[in-house]
Amino acid sequence: MSLVADPVRVASGPRRRHRRGGRVLGWAVLLVAALYFLVPVAASVEFSLRGKGDTHDLSTWSALFEQPGFAENMPTSLELAVGTVLITLLLMVPTTAWVHLRLPRLRRLVESICVLPLVIPAVVLANGVLVAFKGFPNWITGTPVILALEYVVLALPFTFRTLDSGLAAIPLTTLVEAARNLGASWPHVLLRVVVPNLRTAILNAAILSAAMVLGEFTIANLLLLNTLPVWTVQAGQQDAQVATAASMLILLVSWALLMLMSVFGQRGARRTRRSR
Amino acid sequence: MTLSTATETATGSPVRLSGLRRTYGAVTALDGLDLEIAPGELVSLLGPSGCGKTTALRIVAGLEHADSGAVLVDGKEITRVPANKRGMSMVFQSYSLFPNLTAGENVAFGLRLRGVSPAARRKRAAELLELVALDNHANRYAHELSGGQQQRVALARALAIEPRVLLLDEPLSALDAKVRVQLRDEIRGLQRRLGITTLCVTHDQEEALSMSDRVAVMNAGRLEQCASPDVVYTRPATAFVAAFVGAMNRVEGAVGPAGDVVEIAGQRLRLARPIGNTPGALVTALIRPESVRLTPAVDGTAKVLRSSFRGPVTRVTVLLGDGTELDSDLPSSAAVDLRPGELAEVGFVDEPVMTV
Ligand SMILES: Nc1ncnc2c1ncn2[C@@H]1O[C@H](COP(=O)(O)OP(=O)(O)OP(=O)(O)O)[C@@H](O)[C@H]1O
Ligand SMILES: [Mg+2]
Repeated sequence: MSLVADPVRVASGPRRRHRRGGRVLGWAVLLVAALYFLVPVAASVEFSLRGKGDTHDLSTWSALFEQPGFAENMPTSLELAVGTVLITLLLMVPTTAWVHLRLPRLRRLVESICVLPLVIPAVVLANGVLVAFKGFPNWITGTPVILALEYVVLALPFTFRTLDSGLAAIPLTTLVEAARNLGASWPHVLLRVVVPNLRTAILNAAILSAAMVLGEFTIANLLLLNTLPVWTVQAGQQDAQVATAASMLILLVSWALLMLMSVFGQRGARRTRRSR
Repeated sequence: MTLSTATETATGSPVRLSGLRRTYGAVTALDGLDLEIAPGELVSLLGPSGCGKTTALRIVAGLEHADSGAVLVDGKEITRVPANKRGMSMVFQSYSLFPNLTAGENVAFGLRLRGVSPAARRKRAAELLELVALDNHANRYAHELSGGQQQRVALARALAIEPRVLLLDEPLSALDAKVRVQLRDEIRGLQRRLGITTLCVTHDQEEALSMSDRVAVMNAGRLEQCASPDVVYTRPATAFVAAFVGAMNRVEGAVGPAGDVVEIAGQRLRLARPIGNTPGALVTALIRPESVRLTPAVDGTAKVLRSSFRGPVTRVTVLLGDGTELDSDLPSSAAVDLRPGELAEVGFVDEPVMTV
C-alpha cells in the first residue's frame, strides 16, 4: 500500500485515448487541491524568511535553533515519535497478524475498537488517560511516557488499517503454515515471515505514527507536557515568525517521512507483487 | 543429477493414523480414519470434495488437531508434538513460497532454522534446485517463476529438511494439464529414489492411480479401501469405491436362479458377491464402460444413441431394449462403424460384477 499512484498500473494500449479527457480533469483537480495546500504553506515559508525591511534571509531559521526551549523540546518530540512507533509496532504487528490468522471473525470488532480514537474528542482522551493512570508512579504520569502511551492509542486507527490491508495482501495463512511446517517457532514466524512480508505496511504505519506525534498539540497541551508543537504555540505568542518557522520545520520533517514512505512503498510493491 | 547427499540421509518412516475424528460444529470431517503407510511408500488420499482429505493431512502435519485418535510416526505418538517439531514437510495446494526470499533462500529456509551454516545451506539449496531442474533459477523471486516452477521450488524446499514424512496437498491442482502430468512424474520419481514416506491428497483419480503405491479411497470421513491402484480399480471393496473410481454404468438386472448371476441385456454376468437365494430380485449392477463390447449388427438389440471421441478411445452410448442406457469405451478404430441410429450387439468382458 502506498499513498501515491502506482506508475506500473497506468493504463496502456487501447484504453489510453479513452482516458485523455479524464486525465485533464484529474490534473485540474490535483492542481486545485495542490493550491489549496501549497498557498498557505508558501505564504508561511515566505513569512518565516522575511528579514529586516523588504529583504528575505535565513535569520529567523538560524535563530530558531537558538530559541530558548527549542533545544529541549525538539529531542522530546523525536523521542516521543520513536517511542510511540516502537510501542505501536510491538503491540500491533503481532496482534493484527494473530487476528488475521486465528480470529478472522473478530476482525471487524477489532477494527471498530481501533478506530474509536478518531471519534473520541481529545479532551475526553486526555482526561480518560489521567483517570486511568491515577496512582501510577510519577515517571509515567508526570513525563512524556504517558504521552507516548496516549499517542499509541491515537495511532491505532491508521496503524490497524495499514497493517490490516498489508496482511490482507499476502497469503498469510499459507505462509505461516509453510514456515511452521519447515520448523519455525512462533517468534521465528513473526520475525522471518510476517515482518519481512509486511515491511511496507510496517514502514507506512511507523511513518504515519511518527508524523502524527510530531504534529500533535491538543493532548500534550492538556496534559501540561512540553513538546515541539506546544513550544511552537507558546513561542508564537511572542514571535510569530519563529513559530511559523518551527511549524514549517515540523511540516518538512513530516513530509520527508511521507516521501520516504512512498519510496519504500514502491520498492516493496515491486518486490512482493505476485505473479497471479 | 547429484542425489548422493539426499539419498544417504533420507529414510522413510512408517506412519499410522488411528481412529482420527474431527468435527467442525455440526460437520463431521473425519469419522474414525485408520490408515497405515509403510516406510518409503506413497499413499494417495482420494475421495469426493469435503470427505476430509485435507483435514487428515493437516492433522498429520500438526496444523490441525484431532478431537480423538492418534498419529504415530516410527511407532511414536506425535499428537502433542507441535507442527514445527514434527520434521515433516508439506507442499501446499496454493503457492506458498515466501515472497521476500529468492528461490534459493526459500529452499534454504528450513536449513537456516536448523542452524546449518550459510555455506552448507547454499550448497544444499543448489543441489535441491538441481534436483527439480531449476538450478539456474536460484536467484529468482516467486513472482518471477511460473506456477509449475514455484511448485517445484516448494517441493525442493520440502525435501531440503530431509523430512521423515512428505505431505502433498493437491500440489498440482493449480497447474495446467501438461505441466501437471510432467511434475507428477517428477515427484513420483524423486519420492522413489529418496525413499520418503509420502501422503498425497488428490481428487484427481488419474493422478492417484498413476503415482501411488496404494490409493486410500475416503468417503465421509472414513476409509473405504486402501489398496494398490489396480486392485482399487478392478476389485473395489465397496460399491462406493466402485462407483467413485473410474466411470461406471449402473444397470438394473434380475438375479438368476442360484443367486450368483445377474441378467443384463439378455446375458448372465457373474456376481462378485453372490446374493443368496433371492432369484428374480432386481439389483443394480456396476459395469465399467471398457467392459462393454459393442459390435455393429443389423439385427442388434441395442441402438447407438451418441458417440463421443476421446482420442484413443471413443465412448459410445447405446439404448437397450428395456430402455436403459449403457456406456461403452471402445478403441476409436472400432467405433467408427457405430454411428448414432445404427444397431449393435452387446457383449461383456467376462469378469465378476459388483452390485449396489
Ligand atoms: N476450518 C474449518 N471450519 C469448518 N469446517 C471445516 C473446516 N475445515 C474443513 N471443514 C469441513 O470439513 C469437511 C472436510 O473438509 P476437508 O477440507 O478435509 O475436505 P477435502 O476432502 O479436502 O475436500 P476438497 O477435495 O474439496 O479439498 C468439509 O465438510 C469442510 O466443510
Ligand atoms: Mg482439500
